[in-house]
Amino acid sequence: MAEEKEKEVVKSIDDATIDMIKKAGEDGVRTVFDRADTTKPCPIGSEGSCCNICAMGPCRVPLPKGKEETPEEKRKRTGVCGATAETIAARNFLRKVAGGAAAHSDHGRRVAEAFLIAAKGESPEFQIKDEQKLLQLALDLGVEIGERSNNEIAVDIGEMLLAEFGRQEGELLTLKKAPLKRQEIWRETGIAPRGVDREVVEAMHRTHMGVDQDYKNLLLQGARAAIADGWGGSMIATELQDVLFGTPSPVLSQINLGVLKEDEVNLIIHGHEPQLAEILAVMTQDKELIEYAKSKGAKGINLAGMCCTANEILMRHGVPIAGNFLQQETAIVTGAVEAIVVDVQCIMQGLVDVANCFHTKVITTDSRAKIEGATHIEFDERKATETAKTIIKTAIDNFSNRGKNIRIPKQKSDLIAGFSHETINYLLGGLFRASYRPLNDNIINGRIRGVAGVVGCNNARVAHDDIHVRLVKELIKNDVLVLQTGCAAMACAKAGLMLPESAKEFAGEGLASVCEAVGIPPVLHLGSCVDNARILIAATAMVKDGGLGDDISDLPAAGAAPEWMSEKAISIGQYFVSSGVFTVFGVTWPTLGSKEVTEFLFKDMEELYGGMWAFEPDPIKMAKLMIDHIDKKRKALGIDKARERVLYDMAMRREME
Amino acid sequence: MSKIIASAAIRGAYKIVGQAEEKWKQAMDKWSANEPVGFPNTAYYLPVIYGILGEKVAKLGDMEGILKRCRALLPPPVREEHPLPYLAPALDAGMATFFAEEMIEAIRYLEQPDFYLTGEEVSDSNIWLGAADDVIMRKRGIEFVDGTAPGFAAVLGAAPSSEIAAKIAQELQQKNIYVFMAAEYNGQRFSEQLLEAGVQIGWPTRLVSYGPDITSAVFAMGFATRAALSFGGIEPGDFRKVLIYNKDRIFAFALPLGYVSDEWYANAAGAINFGFPAIADTPIPEVLPTGITTYEHVVSNIPHDEIVAKAVETRGLKVTVSEVPIPVAFGPAFEGERVRGEDIYLETGGGRTPMVEWVTSKRMEEVEDGKIEVIGPGIEDVEAGSQLPLAIVVEVAGRNMQEDYEPILERQIHHLINYAQGSMHIGQRDIAWLRVSKQAVEKGFNLSHIGTILHAKLHQDFGRIFDKLQVKLYTEEDKVKEVVEKAKGVYATRDARIEGMTDETTDIYYSCTLCQSFAPSHVCVISPERTGLCGSYNWMDCKAAFEINPTGPNQPVEKGDTVDAKLGQWKGVNEFVTKASRGKIDHYNFYSLVNDPMTTCGCCECIAVVLPLCNGVMTVNREYSGDTPCGMKFTTLAGTIGGGISTPGFVGHGKYNTTQKKFLIGDGGLLRMVWMPKSLKEEIGERVKVRAEEMGVPDLLDKIADETVGTTEEEILPFLEEKGHPALTMDPILG
Repeated sequence: MAEEKEKEVVKSIDDATIDMIKKAGEDGVRTVFDRADTTKPCPIGSEGSCCNICAMGPCRVPLPKGKEETPEEKRKRTGVCGATAETIAARNFLRKVAGGAAAHSDHGRRVAEAFLIAAKGESPEFQIKDEQKLLQLALDLGVEIGERSNNEIAVDIGEMLLAEFGRQEGELLTLKKAPLKRQEIWRETGIAPRGVDREVVEAMHRTHMGVDQDYKNLLLQGARAAIADGWGGSMIATELQDVLFGTPSPVLSQINLGVLKEDEVNLIIHGHEPQLAEILAVMTQDKELIEYAKSKGAKGINLAGMCCTANEILMRHGVPIAGNFLQQETAIVTGAVEAIVVDVQCIMQGLVDVANCFHTKVITTDSRAKIEGATHIEFDERKATETAKTIIKTAIDNFSNRGKNIRIPKQKSDLIAGFSHETINYLLGGLFRASYRPLNDNIINGRIRGVAGVVGCNNARVAHDDIHVRLVKELIKNDVLVLQTGCAAMACAKAGLMLPESAKEFAGEGLASVCEAVGIPPVLHLGSCVDNARILIAATAMVKDGGLGDDISDLPAAGAAPEWMSEKAISIGQYFVSSGVFTVFGVTWPTLGSKEVTEFLFKDMEELYGGMWAFEPDPIKMAKLMIDHIDKKRKALGIDKARERVLYDMAMRREME
Repeated sequence: MSKIIASAAIRGAYKIVGQAEEKWKQAMDKWSANEPVGFPNTAYYLPVIYGILGEKVAKLGDMEGILKRCRALLPPPVREEHPLPYLAPALDAGMATFFAEEMIEAIRYLEQPDFYLTGEEVSDSNIWLGAADDVIMRKRGIEFVDGTAPGFAAVLGAAPSSEIAAKIAQELQQKNIYVFMAAEYNGQRFSEQLLEAGVQIGWPTRLVSYGPDITSAVFAMGFATRAALSFGGIEPGDFRKVLIYNKDRIFAFALPLGYVSDEWYANAAGAINFGFPAIADTPIPEVLPTGITTYEHVVSNIPHDEIVAKAVETRGLKVTVSEVPIPVAFGPAFEGERVRGEDIYLETGGGRTPMVEWVTSKRMEEVEDGKIEVIGPGIEDVEAGSQLPLAIVVEVAGRNMQEDYEPILERQIHHLINYAQGSMHIGQRDIAWLRVSKQAVEKGFNLSHIGTILHAKLHQDFGRIFDKLQVKLYTEEDKVKEVVEKAKGVYATRDARIEGMTDETTDIYYSCTLCQSFAPSHVCVISPERTGLCGSYNWMDCKAAFEINPTGPNQPVEKGDTVDAKLGQWKGVNEFVTKASRGKIDHYNFYSLVNDPMTTCGCCECIAVVLPLCNGVMTVNREYSGDTPCGMKFTTLAGTIGGGISTPGFVGHGKYNTTQKKFLIGDGGLLRMVWMPKSLKEEIGERVKVRAEEMGVPDLLDKIADETVGTTEEEILPFLEEKGHPALTMDPILG
C-alpha cells in the first residue's frame, strides 16, 4: 500500500489527481498516467535523431551513448540521403516550431475571423467590449478614429490584422510593439518575419527532403517562425480577444477538481479558443436553461474550465477551473461530468475511451478537431446562442444518466487571476499614475531580484505539477517575481501560490514587501498559453519605463517551461529566445542527438539575440540557472550593489528634463 | 500600500465623498445650481479638480459631475481574506478624497464667507488662512522656484505638547521648508500649539494654518497643483504630468502627528499620487517599497526629535542649512517675522534715528577677516524699548573683488539680518530700519551678531569674489552721520555707472536658468538694459553670480551678430536659448512684445499686454489682483504665458525694466504705455517721469490710465483721447 502511494506521488503532487488516479485504478479505467507507464518514449526520437521525412527512411542516427565518437564514426552517422545528425536534429526542431506557431496562429486567425463577424454586427452575441483597447489598437495600427463608430474602426482593424497571416512581404505590423533595439536586432539578423503563414510554410518547405541542409540556417528560420507566432499570431489573438471579450482585471476564483458539484450538471469546457467558452459562460446563467436543469433533477448548471480555454474565461469572468492538462481524464473519472466540450489543442484522444466508462459525453465543436467516438456539435459564431443551448441541453439531458460511482475530490484552491499588461500598469500606480515605474524601481533597488516567466504544459513523464511548483517556490523565495500562463499557472494556483497571502509564506522579504505594498500575489496569472504575448508586452513596457537597459535582453529576466510537452511550447520558448530571454526547458530536450545543434541553441543564439536556450530537468538547478542569469543582467546594468540614496538639491532639479 | 492602510484609505474616501455629497445637496437646497463657488482670487478654480481633471468648477451645479466622478473612483472595500490588489484602488480613492474635499471647502466659502481670512497673516480673532490666493501662490511660488523654499510639510493633527510642536516647526523653518497645517488630534491642533508656544504663524513665517479640519489639507494640494500649472506650464487635465511634476520638483511630504484616522489615510493616499510620502509619529504600518514616491511611501513610529530629518531623507531632499553662530534661529523662514509694539527691545533707523548700510572694498592688509567691532553703546547698554543710530559698514578685500560687486553684497544685508529669528529689517542704504525683539535679546542676541551673520553668510554665498571681510557697527550719532555722508557719495557714483551701461556697448550678456528647476524650458537672457523679469537679477548680479559659481545657472552669453537691432535679437543669444531651452525655443526678441517676445517662467514682476483698440500696451504687477483692460487678471495672464513659451502680444518684465531705455523700444517704448495699476504708478512714478521727459513727453504719467479710470479698453480710450496720449498717434501697434 505504501509502495502504491509512493508510486502515485511520483505521478502527481496534486491530491485530487492522486485520488482520481486511484479511483481510475479501482474502476479499471486506463488514463494518461497508465499509458505513460506502458508506452515509453522512443529514445531516438526524443533526442531528435530520427528522420522520417522521406520513404527512404525512417533513418535513425543516435548519438553513441557512453563513449566519445571518433570523427570517422560521426561521418558515417547520417541518413540514407546523407543528412547529418545536425541537419536531422535541426529539421525536427524547426518542424516543432512550425507546428507550434501554426497552432497558436491558427487560433489567432479564428479569433480575427470571429472579431470581424462581431465588428460587422453579424453575431448579436459578440460585441466590442473594451473600447479603450480598441482605440489604442487603432492608434497603434494607424487606423482612422475620427467620428467613426467602434464597429467601423473594428472592421478596419480586423481586416488589417487578418491580412497579417497571409502577408507576403515587408514585416509584420505588430513587430513595432517591440523595443526599437529589438526590432533592429531582428532586421540585422534577418529574422523579422514577413508574414505568419509564410514563415510556417517556408519552415515546412525547408524541412522537406533535400532542401535546407545547413543546421544553422534551419535554426534561424525557427527563430523567425517563432517571432511570427509570439509577436504575430499569438499577439493578434490576445489583442483581439481582449477587445472583443474585455481586457482581464483581477478576479478571485477557484481551481481543482473540487469545483465540480455533486448536485449540479457539470459541464467542462476544454481546449484553447475563447469564443464558445464565452457564450457558454453567459448561457449557463440562462434562467430557462437552469429551470430545464432543475426539471431534470439537478440543482443548477456548473460550468468549469480546463486547460487554456479555462484560463480565458477565468481571466475575464472568474469561471472556476477544474484542472490542467493532465487532469482532463481524471475529471471524467469523478463520474460527475455530464459533458466535456472541447475545441482545439491539447485534447487527448484518450478522453473518449475514459468517457466510455462513465456517462460523460465528449462533445467536439470545431471542424478542425473531431475525435472518433465523440459527439460533434459544430460551433458557429453567427449562431452562438443556439449552439451553446444545444450543447448545454445535451449536458443537462445526460444528468439522469449519471451512475452511482461518483467521487468528487474535495480539493480546491482559491486564486487571484486576471493580470493583463494593462491591469499591471494600472495596479502599480492607479488611474492617475499608472506605469511600470514601481516595478522597475524595486528591481533597481533590489527588493525584486528579477522577473521570470514560468509557462507551459504538464508532461506525464514527470510528476504532475511537481517541477512547476518547486521551481516557482524557489524563484519567489529568491525574490524573483513570477509571471505565469497556461497549465503552469494552474499548477501553482492549486498550490496556493496565486494568493496575496502566499507572499509572506513563500516569497523572500524584498518581493514580499512589494507584494504587500501593491496587494498582489508573488506569482501572477497572465492567462492562457496564447497570452504569452502579454509577457512580451510587459517586458517591453519595463524596457520603455527606463532604468533597465534598452532591450528585453538587458532585463534581469528569464523564462522556463519546466513540464513542457507540446510543439507550442517549443515555439513559445524560441520566441522568448529570439526576443532576448534566457529560457530553460525541463523534462527532455529534443536536439540532444546533435551536440552542434544543441550548442547553437544554448550558446550561439545568445550572441545573435541576447537570449538562449538551456535544458535542466531538476527544478532547483533550473531556478539556479535562471537566478544566475538574472544576477548576470543585474551586474551588467550596474544594479547588483546597494546604491546610495540620492538627495536632490535645486541644481539637480534644474538638470532634470 | 499595506492592506491595513489601503482598507482605511478607501473607508476614509467613502466618508469624505459622502460628506461632500451631503454638503452639496444641502447647498443645492439653499442656493441654485448657478450659484458661483470657488476659492478667493484664483484663476485655477478648485485647483486640484482643475489641474487633474481639467474641469472648471465655477458654479454649484458644476459639482454634480465631479461628485459622480468621485463615486466612480471609489473602489469596493478591501476584502479581509484574499483581497484583490489594493494599491491602485486606494490611490484612486485618495484622489477622489481631494476632489471631495475641495468641494466641501468651496461650499464652506459659500456658506461662511468669513470662516477663512484673506491675505497672508493671521488675526487675533481668527487664525485660519484658507486657500492661498494666486498672489500668495505666485509670490511664495518664486521661493520654490529659486530654491529658497525646497518644499513643504503638510502637518496633520498635533504634537504631544506645544513645546514639541514649536521645536518641529522651528526645525522645518531652519530647513527653509514651508509648514502647511490642518486637522486636529485629541482636540488639539498644531497651529494652535504654535500660538500657545508664542510662535508667529502665517505665510510670512512659513507656518501656514490652513484650517481646523482634515478637509483643509487639500489647500496644500491645491498649492502644489497650481505650481505645476503656472510654473511647469502644464495644461489643466494633463494629470499625469501634473503629478510627475510634483514628484520630481515639489519636495513635499505629510507629517501626520497623532492617531491616523481613515480620513487621514485617505488624504495620505491622495498625496502619494503626487509623490509625497507620509512620515508618522505613530506605529502605523510602513510601506517601504518605492515607485509612486521617490523613496519610501509611508514611514512610521518616528520619534519627534528625528521626524524632520527622517522626512527630509524619505523625500530625497538635500537641504543645506547655513550654520551661523548666533543665539537665535536663522533661515529664510524667519524673514517674514514681525517685531511690533511691546515686543521691541531696540529700534534703529526708520526715520527715528539715522541708519546706513554700506559695503566697501579695502586693500588686503586693511581687513582682518572675521573682525567685528561695535563702536558705541550696544544692546546690553540700553533699556528695552530704546532707539539707537546705526551704521553697518562691511569692509571686504580680495583678489577677485571688484567695485561693481559692492552693491550686490550690500543688497544681501536686508534679508540676511531678517533671517535671524527675532529681528525685523526693512529698506536698504540710508533708509534702512531695524527692530530687535525682546525674545531675541533674552536669548543673548546683540549687535555684534549682525556682524557674525554677515561674515558667515557672505563668505558662504560670495566667498569666491572676496577673501576677507570685517564689519564695523557704529552707534554714535556723529559717527553714523559721517558714514551716511560718505556712503551717499558712493551711491550716486554707482547709480550713474549702472545707468550708463548700454546693450550696444556690451558684448557679453548673461543667462539665468535658475527657474529651470520649475520651468524646464524657460531661459532668461539678461542684458544691461533688460534686467531680469523677476526683478531679482540685473546684469551685474548675473556677472557676479557667474564669478561665484562658474557652472551655475548664470552663464555668459556672447551676443554675437545682430539679427535685428530694433527688436533686439542676436545670433549668439538665439543659439544659447535653443540649447538651454532644450530645443523648445529657438529665438526671441529683447525689446518687443508684438514680435516673438522673451519667455517667462511665470515669476515675472509685471506682465505687459497689447491693447489693440488703444494702440498701446498695458502692464500689470503681481500684487494687483483686480481686472485689467486686456480682460485678464495678472494670475490668468501669468498662467497663460508662463512655463517658458513665447506668446506674441504678451511679455513678462521686471518693474525696474519699465523705465529702462530699451523697454519695448521695438514697439515704440514707454510711450506706448496706456494703463497701469495705480499702486504701480505710485511705486515707479518718479522714474517714469524721468524717462518720459527724456522721450519728450514729460507728463506721460498723468496720461496713463489706471483702474480708477477703467478696466476695459472701451472705458479707458476716452480718457486717453482726452489727455492726448501719445500712443494714439503712433504707428499701428499690430503692423
